[in-house]
Amino acid sequence: MNLRITLATTRRILTQLRHDHRTVGLLVGVPTVLMVLLRYVIEQPAIFDRLGPLLLGVFPFVVMFIVTSVGTLRERTGGTLERLMTMPLGKLDLLLGYALAFGLLAVVQVAVAATISMIWLGLDLAGPVGMLLLVAVLNALLGMALGLFASAFARTEFQAVQFMPAFILPQVLLCGLFVPREQMAPVLEQISVVLPLTYAVDAMVELTRTAEVTGTLARDMSVVAGCTLLALVLGAATLRRRTP
Amino acid sequence: MSVRGLRVDRGGRPVLRGLDFDVPRGAVLGLLGPSGCGKTTLIRSIVGVQMVRGGTVTVLGRPAGDPELRRLVGYATQQPAVYTDLTVAENLRYFGSVLGASRHDADRVIAQVGLADQRGQLVGTLSGGQLSRASLAVALLGGPELVVLDEPTVGLDPLLRQELWGLFHELAAGGVTLIVSSHVMDEASRCDRLLLMREGDILADAAPAALRARTGRQDLEQAFLHLISEREGAPA
Repeated sequence: MNLRITLATTRRILTQLRHDHRTVGLLVGVPTVLMVLLRYVIEQPAIFDRLGPLLLGVFPFVVMFIVTSVGTLRERTGGTLERLMTMPLGKLDLLLGYALAFGLLAVVQVAVAATISMIWLGLDLAGPVGMLLLVAVLNALLGMALGLFASAFARTEFQAVQFMPAFILPQVLLCGLFVPREQMAPVLEQISVVLPLTYAVDAMVELTRTAEVTGTLARDMSVVAGCTLLALVLGAATLRRRTP
Repeated sequence: MSVRGLRVDRGGRPVLRGLDFDVPRGAVLGLLGPSGCGKTTLIRSIVGVQMVRGGTVTVLGRPAGDPELRRLVGYATQQPAVYTDLTVAENLRYFGSVLGASRHDADRVIAQVGLADQRGQLVGTLSGGQLSRASLAVALLGGPELVVLDEPTVGLDPLLRQELWGLFHELAAGGVTLIVSSHVMDEASRCDRLLLMREGDILADAAPAALRARTGRQDLEQAFLHLISEREGAPA
């Protein structure tokens, strides 16, 4: 691993985004628009206070999953990955380069959505705002790592996009966003225990409940970070220098 | 560079059936043969991204794919492997920093492939020929000792082709070894050495002049046909 190459990769990805104004606009704008929509669909500030932060946790996860799985697939099919694999670039340089670029993007995305939610939409957050940003970035990195891993199993862009509903929607349904997990059938609750998004959303729930940094919050964040590392290691294993 | 008993299977089918050849330093080796004869697979084996079934590939005294070689071998795939949503200069700056090359080096290779006027242009808006030259420029970054190019002159006009072959010989004169694949025979005469391939085997490994002498054909395309019929035992 080499810091110069990692940072060059981050800069390259951010430069690619700079040339693509529409993608940046969508990345930053869509979560904010959805928060506004949610606020006026619900009309009850108390419920918005409960659901708003959960969505702020889910958006960066979903968006980064899609962006990374399509982005990595492009590197694989466009031949740039093969070219990089013949150069002195470590797999970790590439993965961390992506993580850094998309982590930065997630900070901007959540900062904009959270600021508008709190100032304009009247979202009340019990916990510290800094923690909200931190959890959101962790969620974004989790989405990124899973997207990277999933892209190894996609041969076409069509398949990569289909992985979003396949990998993500079951986690969204089971994470406690729609129905509290305790009210689910025992089998489903058991499944939700091993899905990382459950902990990502649970961390956001903690932040809406109390101003303190609780043990549950710390546990949730460690689980999310651990799953991210695991997915990154698995993702690195799918990047092969030699291919058949 | 030397290749011994190289065998590669792809999709359960043998693609290379035990190749043996050597390339001296500073030579321009032309890899010729019809589409599907195994040129690209051989090239991928030389740069160390191909899983091989048997045999050895030694490049600059090290096994192909050795980490030490990653700075010394330049590689351009048949499909231009550059980022279409970056400019020419941004692409070279990125690949240059991965290789640890200086910024000045990016300008040097841009000039070498004749893309100075397009340096600030997005790669996705370049013409096909400019695109493949942008990809070629990446292969020349950092002053590699071996440059491996898969069909670098496809879609270029004759003048540009001539200029690029001039560049290849200029590099070779400076001690760089080049391996250039092509499926057009008129490029064969510009190489120092030819490796004619067919169905995963080497039909001939000789200098163009020796090939003409052996087959009694002036035209290299005719010489190639002669070799095929000779091998299959039919009259030419």
